[in-house]
Amino acid sequence: MSMVEIEIQLLAITVAVACAVPGVFLVLRRLALMSDAISHTVLLGIVIGFFVVQDLTSPLLILGAAVAGVLTVALVESVRRTGLVNEDTAIGLVFPALFSIAVILISRYAGDVHLDTDAVLLGEIALAPFRRLEVFGVDVGPRGLWTMLAILVLNVTFLVVFYKELKLSTFDASLAAALGFSPVVLHYAFMGVVSITAVGAFDSVGSVLVVAFMIVPPAAAYLLSDKLGRVIGLSAGIGAVSAVSGYWIARWLDASIAGAMAGASGLIFLIVFLVAPERGLIALSGRRARQRIEFARTMLAIHLLHHEGTPDAEEECRLDHLSEHLRWSAEQADRIVHSAEKAGFVTLLGERLHLTTEGREEAQAAMLR
Amino acid sequence: MGLLHDLLFDYTLRTVALGSATLGAVSGTLGVFAVLRREALLGDAISHAALPGIVLAFMFTGSKSSLVLVGGAFVAGWIGMALMRTVTRNTRIPPDAALGIVLSVFFGFGLMLLTFVQRRPDAAQAGLETFLFGQAATLVQGDVLVIGVLGFASLATMSILWKEFKVLSFDTDFGASVGIPMRRVELILTTVLVLAIVTGLQTVGVVLMAAMVVAPAAAARQWTDRLGSMVWLAALFGGLAGVTGAVLSSTTTGLPTGPTIVLSASVIVGVSLAFAPRRGLVWERIRARHRRSAIRRDTVLADLYALYCQHDDIDRGHPLPVIEAMSEAKEGAFNTLLALESDGLARLLPDGVWALTPDGRVSAEQRLAGYQPGNTP
Repeated sequence: MSMVEIEIQLLAITVAVACAVPGVFLVLRRLALMSDAISHTVLLGIVIGFFVVQDLTSPLLILGAAVAGVLTVALVESVRRTGLVNEDTAIGLVFPALFSIAVILISRYAGDVHLDTDAVLLGEIALAPFRRLEVFGVDVGPRGLWTMLAILVLNVTFLVVFYKELKLSTFDASLAAALGFSPVVLHYAFMGVVSITAVGAFDSVGSVLVVAFMIVPPAAAYLLSDKLGRVIGLSAGIGAVSAVSGYWIARWLDASIAGAMAGASGLIFLIVFLVAPERGLIALSGRRARQRIEFARTMLAIHLLHHEGTPDAEEECRLDHLSEHLRWSAEQADRIVHSAEKAGFVTLLGERLHLTTEGREEAQAAMLR
Repeated sequence: MGLLHDLLFDYTLRTVALGSATLGAVSGTLGVFAVLRREALLGDAISHAALPGIVLAFMFTGSKSSLVLVGGAFVAGWIGMALMRTVTRNTRIPPDAALGIVLSVFFGFGLMLLTFVQRRPDAAQAGLETFLFGQAATLVQGDVLVIGVLGFASLATMSILWKEFKVLSFDTDFGASVGIPMRRVELILTTVLVLAIVTGLQTVGVVLMAAMVVAPAAAARQWTDRLGSMVWLAALFGGLAGVTGAVLSSTTTGLPTGPTIVLSASVIVGVSLAFAPRRGLVWERIRARHRRSAIRRDTVLADLYALYCQHDDIDRGHPLPVIEAMSEAKEGAFNTLLALESDGLARLLPDGVWALTPDGRVSAEQRLAGYQPGNTP
C-alpha cells in the first residue's frame, strides 16, 4: 500500500467512527433523517460563506456550513411547533427548500467556480491526500484527516462528558426533564455536534456517505446488542470495516469510493439483518417456527385433556382424527405429535394418543394462563 | 400575454409545462396519503433508491428512452420499499432509520454505478446525470405521453381503491377488522406512490423529488379537513408548482428545473401555512391578539369597578398610574381605557383621571355575577 492509499483509508475510518458516535443517538432518538437534511443544507452554508469570503479553502466556509446545519434544526423545529404539520413533514419541507436555494445560487452565480454538485454528493476522498496541512513548513499529513480527527475528538469528548444526560434524555425524555436536565439545550448541543460532524465529513466524503455512515452502522449495531456502550463501540467498528472494505471494492472495480463505501455498509447491514443472533431474520423465523410448534403441542394436550375419560375419547384421541378436529394436515399432525412425545406430554399406543401426567399439567397450566 | 401565447403554441414550452404539471399533480395527489400516514419522507427514500435502477436499466439496454429508465427506476424503488418494510416489520429499527438506510445505500450504489457508465467511451451516457437534479427542458412529447399514461394509471388505481386508501390512512385496525386485507392495500398504495415518484424523476431529479411528494400535500392540508378536497387541492398545488418551476427554468438561463419547481412548491406551502383560513398562522396570531385584548379589557374594567366599590362614588376619578399598578397588563392599560371609553363603559374626567360610567358599572357587575373562580367570565 502506498502512503496515499493508507491516508485515504485512515481518513475514511476516522470519518466513519466520527459519524457513528452521534449516529447511534440519531437512530435511537428517531432523528435519523435529520442527518440527511443537515448533510444537504450545509451546502447552503458553504455557498453563502463562499460569497462572503470569495475563497473556497477558507475555514469560514466550515463555520457557515455548521451554522446552516443548526439553522436547519431550528427551522424544522419551528415548523413542527406550529402544530400544522408532523415532524417528518417538517423535515421534508425544510431541507429541499434550503438545498434548492443553494443549487440555484451555485448555478447562477458560481457556475465558473469549482463548486459542482457532483462533488457535493460524492465528495472527493481520492483527492483528500493531496490537500496537505503544513505546520511551520513541515508536512504533517492531509488536512482533511486532521480536521476529522479534531471532530472525532470533539464527538468523543461530548459523548464522555454528557453520556449520562444523552442516555437519559434518549430513553426517557420526561424523566430527564423532571430531573432538571434541559432536553432542549441538550438537543441543540447534540444537533450542533451532528452538524459539525456532517460538515467535516461532507468536505471529504460528500453528503451521501455522511448519511450512510450516520445511520447504517448504528442500525446494524442496534440489532447486535442491547447495551448502549456496546452499540456505540460496535457501530464504530462496523463503520470502520465498511470504510476499508468499500475502499478496496472501489479500487477493485475502479468506481466511486464514497458510493462503494455506502454500498459496503449496506451489505454489512444486510448480513447483520439476516444472521444477527436473536434479532436477525434467520433467528427470528426459527424462533417463530419453534413457538408455533410449542403452541400446537399445548393445543394437543388441551384437546386430549378435554376428551379424557369421556365416551367419545376413543374417537377424538385418534391420531387420524386430529386433522379433522384441529385442522392440521396429516404431516403437520405427525410433526406435532412427535414433538409432543419428545416433550413427554403424550404417548402414542397404536393410533390412540394418551396424555401423560406432565401433559395433563401442561394443559391445565395453559388453560389457567 | 406573450407567455400565455408561448405556453399554447411553443412546442418546447408547451411540452415542458404539460409534463411538469402532470407529474406535479400526480405526485401531489399520492403524497397526500404519504403525509397523512406520517411517512412523508418515503418519497425521499424512493426517489434516491431509484437511481441504481435507472443506471442499471441504461447499462443493460443502452437505451435512454423514458420508458426503459422509468421501468428500471420503478423496480429499484419498489425493491427499496420492500426492503424497508421488511426491516421495520421484523426488527426494532425505527422506520425513519430504515428509510435512511435504503436511501443512502441505494443512492451510494447508484452513484457508484454511475461512475462506471461515465467511463464508457461512446459518451452515450450523457444526460443520465440530469436524473440527479432534473431537467424539464429535455422533455419531449414521448416523455409527456409516458408521464401521462403512468400518472393516469396511478390515479385510476387510487380512485378504484379510494375507500381502502382512506381507511389505510386513518384507521388501519378498523380496516383489518372489517376484513380489508390492509397489508395488500398498503402494498398497492406504495406501488402507485413509487410509480408516481419515478415518473417525476426526469424533471425534478432524484435529490429533490421528496419535496414534490410532501409540499403539495402539506399545503393542501392547511385549507381543508376533508380527504377528497385535500387530494384535489394537492393536485392543483402540485400542478401549479410544476408549471411555474418548469416554465421559469426553461425561460431563464442558469435556473435548474428541479430546485425551481421545489422553491415554487415551498412558496405555496409558506402561503398556506401563513394564510389558510382557520389554521393559518396569521389568523391564529390575530385571534390570539383579540383574546388578549378582551382579557385585558375585562381586567381593567374589573379594576375600575373595585376602585368604585372602595369609594362608593361613581364620579370619583382614579389616576392612570393607580390603574396601571393594579392591572397585570401595565403597558396596555391606557389603550384599554381608551377602548372602554369608546364603548361608553369608562370616562375620562377633566383632570385626567378615569372613572366608570353607569353603563360600565352595570357591565362590570354583570360580568362579575357570572364569574366563578377558575372560569373566565
